[in-house]
Amino acid sequence: MSQEHASNTGRIWKVFIILSIITTVEVALGIIKPDVLHMRNLLSMNLLNWIFIILTVVKAYYIVWAFMHMEGERTGLRWAVVAPIVFLVLYLLFILLVEADYIYEVFKSSTIKWNF
Amino acid sequence: MGATVTTANSEASKTWGGGNEPLGASYGKLMMWFFIVSDALTFSGFLAAYGFSRFKFIETWPLPDEVFTHFPFMHGVSAPMYYVALMTFILIFSSVTMVLAVDAGHRMEKNKVVFYMFLTIIGGLIFVGSQAWEWKNFIKGEYGAVETKGGSLLQFVDDTGKRVKLEDFAATLPKERDHLERNKGTWFMEESSLPTYSVAEVQAGFEAHPNIRVRTEVIYKADAAAKADPKTDHSLSKHKHKTVLTRAESEAMLANGHIVVEGANLVRNEYGSKLFADFFFFITGFHGFHVFSGVMINIIIFFNILLGTYEKRRSYEMVEKVGLYWHFVDLVWVFVFTFFYLV
Repeated sequence: MSQEHASNTGRIWKVFIILSIITTVEVALGIIKPDVLHMRNLLSMNLLNWIFIILTVVKAYYIVWAFMHMEGERTGLRWAVVAPIVFLVLYLLFILLVEADYIYEVFKSSTIKWNF
Repeated sequence: MGATVTTANSEASKTWGGGNEPLGASYGKLMMWFFIVSDALTFSGFLAAYGFSRFKFIETWPLPDEVFTHFPFMHGVSAPMYYVALMTFILIFSSVTMVLAVDAGHRMEKNKVVFYMFLTIIGGLIFVGSQAWEWKNFIKGEYGAVETKGGSLLQFVDDTGKRVKLEDFAATLPKERDHLERNKGTWFMEESSLPTYSVAEVQAGFEAHPNIRVRTEVIYKADAAAKADPKTDHSLSKHKHKTVLTRAESEAMLANGHIVVEGANLVRNEYGSKLFADFFFFITGFHGFHVFSGVMINIIIFFNILLGTYEKRRSYEMVEKVGLYWHFVDLVWVFVFTFFYLV
């Protein structure tokens, strides 16, 4: 128990710096929107959005693991919290985004029009 | 038989006798984790619904860096993202002070816990205040727009492609009618406030200013089919930006004008898709409500620390539990920030 009570301030500040750098990079990219990234697609999403989403997940990892101290919890607790969220979110996104894309196609190429 | 008796006396009573922590976390902490899981799924549902609507109207969805361009004390300067970036830093920093408070709690240093909890509360209040300011700008709007009879939204640009405010060109015509307020009504009659300009005034102003064009909601895609479209002003329309119409087509579109839209409410907004404002109010509002509740809970815990409750318990685990909630609020904001402002 005595190790748990040792101060973690060094690590906390380090994580804060990492999070700040990631946010700064995100904002800078969001303002500049470099054409190299914005105009190039990978799996029908542009590279800029891929970068934003990956950086967001990295930030989420640091917040949960360092700030919420998930790294100190037992493996069972980690799985109980992370696995349902990851699975259900991926499932939800898959269902909803595929459906939305389908509706977009229907609006675009069939006789149903909404915008005139 | 002997084996059964042994089990009942030693291992079974250890397993089922209570007081066990199979996941190595106390009851309260575990329940906080499971509350966070369910709340995280709620927010995921909201953001996924936002994604659904956005993908459904992918060609006409508003571009966030054209919507959120305000910064305090910088009027008329387009500062996309700076303000939300600042809000993000404030929330991350208040997360840091919270984790420092938890850390000090582990070492039973009451004064440090008090100091860091205080900073956390201040950070949370600044964040909620910033969000209120953001809402104010969003509701008030800046440029104004006209909605056509078909429900699509027309914005206005000049011949350099710069956005033009309605007040910069709309004509002033003799008033068609007065705003019906309750004190003028015959019997409990009133109506929501009228826009500053009528459609006729915008149309007349448009006639008088030949340099103004209509910008539609449609995002311009610089492919062969789009470039052949005679209705589009190809010198002003840029790839992945909103389409600008030619002067002739602008006039024809504006003739369909139906309602002048200024700012945003739950029915329509000047930024584009009607759902955009609904999602903005709902998701950032729900998050803001979480921050507000978090601040309230933090204040209660703050006073408990001052009163020495946790010193008597010889444990600051309560600070750790509210800390989990507070970090979760920060975590949600990270995703809202990405999907509302960046992507």
